[in-house]
Amino acid sequence: MRLLGWLALALLATLGIGSIAAVATRGSSVVELPAGFWSVLRFTILQAALSSALSVACAVPLARALARRNFVGRNLLVAALGAPFLLPSLVAVMGVLAIYGRSGSIQTFLVWVGMPTFNIYGLSGIVLTHVFFNLPLVTRLILQGWSDIPGVQFRLSAQLGLRAGDIFRVLEWPMLKRIVPGALLLVFLLCSTSFAVVLTMGGGPKSTTLEVAIYQALRFDFDLAAAATLAVMQVLVCSVALASVALTQGNVAFGKTRFAVQERWDAKSNRHILADLSCMVLAVLFLLPPILAVCTRGLLPIFSGLPAGVWQAALRSVCVAFSASAITLIIGLATANLLDELRGANSRFGKVLGVIGFLPIAISPFVLGTGLFILINAIADPFALALPLTTIINASFCMPLALSALLPAFAKARERNFRLAQALNLQGWTRFRIAIWPEIRRPALFSAAIAAALSMGDFGTVALFAPPDGGTLPLLMQRLMASYQMDEAAGVAVLLVALSFGLFWLIDRGGRFGNQI
Amino acid sequence: MEIRFDKTTLQLGLFRIDADVRFPAGKITALIGPSGSGKSTLLAAIAGFVVPKSGSISIGSREMNAIAPGLRPVTMVFQEHNLFPHLDVSQNVGLGLRPSLKPSKAEIAAIDAALDRVGLLGMGGRMPANLSGGQIGRVALARALLRKRPVLLLDEPFAALGPALRHDMLDLVAEVQTEDALTVLLVTHLPDDAKRIAALTAVVSDGLVSDPVATGRLFLDPPNSLSEYLG
Repeated sequence: MRLLGWLALALLATLGIGSIAAVATRGSSVVELPAGFWSVLRFTILQAALSSALSVACAVPLARALARRNFVGRNLLVAALGAPFLLPSLVAVMGVLAIYGRSGSIQTFLVWVGMPTFNIYGLSGIVLTHVFFNLPLVTRLILQGWSDIPGVQFRLSAQLGLRAGDIFRVLEWPMLKRIVPGALLLVFLLCSTSFAVVLTMGGGPKSTTLEVAIYQALRFDFDLAAAATLAVMQVLVCSVALASVALTQGNVAFGKTRFAVQERWDAKSNRHILADLSCMVLAVLFLLPPILAVCTRGLLPIFSGLPAGVWQAALRSVCVAFSASAITLIIGLATANLLDELRGANSRFGKVLGVIGFLPIAISPFVLGTGLFILINAIADPFALALPLTTIINASFCMPLALSALLPAFAKARERNFRLAQALNLQGWTRFRIAIWPEIRRPALFSAAIAAALSMGDFGTVALFAPPDGGTLPLLMQRLMASYQMDEAAGVAVLLVALSFGLFWLIDRGGRFGNQI
Repeated sequence: MEIRFDKTTLQLGLFRIDADVRFPAGKITALIGPSGSGKSTLLAAIAGFVVPKSGSISIGSREMNAIAPGLRPVTMVFQEHNLFPHLDVSQNVGLGLRPSLKPSKAEIAAIDAALDRVGLLGMGGRMPANLSGGQIGRVALARALLRKRPVLLLDEPFAALGPALRHDMLDLVAEVQTEDALTVLLVTHLPDDAKRIAALTAVVSDGLVSDPVATGRLFLDPPNSLSEYLG
């Protein structure tokens, strides 16, 4: 078990440091930056900053409304907010286009009443789609902050006659001050490395991000040096953002935490109720129609015949998802077990090693991809290895998520069962099976489930490597969209969503089935 | 002020408790009973956090059902989380006067006097995280005293303290009760707490509240509901 842990860490370190080294050596030989480099960098930061600011600004009132109102369907609504994180990014793009796009419902209506239309492509479309993705995530993050305020403190406030403004100052502002910076940075990080959204929503060279530029350099210009330089910049941007992200926070946003409702005596007036109600209605109106639009459009093609090659692509996608999920599970468990043992021994060395597991956050999938591309290109044809590479990159990208779920679970298992295990002289594998596995089964399979769903919907890495025929479902969907076969694309989208959420449900279910704890 | 439950039914989900009982003015009455019997729910109803399903609750001559928690002649010390963690001791106590964090000179003097009364003079600048359990209880009590409400509700606020500290706190409660002629309801699961300071004790069990009787007499000849609990 321990040996496996060292192997896993070594593998992660090689992947992370190796790819950084590869892009750094390859990129540093270029003195001049690729054409348009500064505008790409500026746009990357601009769209990420706008997306994170807007997501958080909208999430705060929504989270507050959910924190203080109880109604039938509240739990369903909160649970549904966890779903967009698992939604394949291309499906979200398609949904947003179906509502806000050129021939979407809103523009069609505007034309019908004779109002001027707008262009969704470019900055506005990218930010809109990013908010669509991240608003629910941030809402859950902040809602957790609200639920963590002890309910009795609101009773206390009511008794002391504190009004809404006082309560904001005394209870809510300190909580927001603690949570919002991390949330902002998390969204910034996710948006600065987002690929599918920018590729499909971007309006030409003016709205290109580093990731898309890397893709173009590799795929179209085959300019490894330029790609490497861009990748180095991408690492820098992410590292700067990462420097202050609290790693543990990400877990809350899509975990299965219970979000308690708090009774609020300061918000019983109609004005407050109306404000909260409109927040929730607006959120549902923003989030639901795009998904419904894809589903209604895609249901018919599902029965009337999907495009050729769809089942092969689906099979490839499922294979990639299952392998990535298994790799995440095995490497995650081995690494977490080792890190936890080192932490138990209070080793400083262990803390340093712990950083390796979180390296993939700073290295976007594309940087890892570029690095591997450069390394493999020297000895073999990277395009021939498209699917294994995609699997490995997806799995390593899920590693920080898995570790942030697994490490606390290991620590808890240690605290609860370790002394007993020592007293009974349980060692190695037996100890893991009896004292640790029952405690960590749920978070372990939950991370595996997330890895499966994210890999299923991944469009970035696979686009970087895959040959024209032999891609996965998202790749097929993107080709259909690019050739304006929207009905077929919607059909593939529905299949993709069903498979993503189906795999997630199946694997996550395994963590809960027959679990007595 | 007398506290009166008139055929009151309190319901929280499946849990239900019926009360038709009076707690006399100017005395300490202990509410004793097994955990989950509804002692805290009774206090929450008096303070206005739980609205009766039927019947009414009066304090003095006023019926309370429609009155907001902050406007009732009641102050309550909770089991835990009595202090706002981001405010220092003075600010926490000062909220008992008015919901502003910038007290006037006179108010500062009143806050210091309240801290002095509970033996914490000079600790106003401390943050709650740097206080012991006993000190936190004292700060909560200081704020309760500063509010000058005739009814003081104590929901096991000293349950987490060791015996010596708990006795100190109970004695402090008894002292301020006499000085300010307060009506005090003390929820506890420890017979010793009741015997130490409560003139009267009422038993809460099986969804019902018994009439309060003299504490000494009650423990000499406990009714069925109490002897089952005492074991």
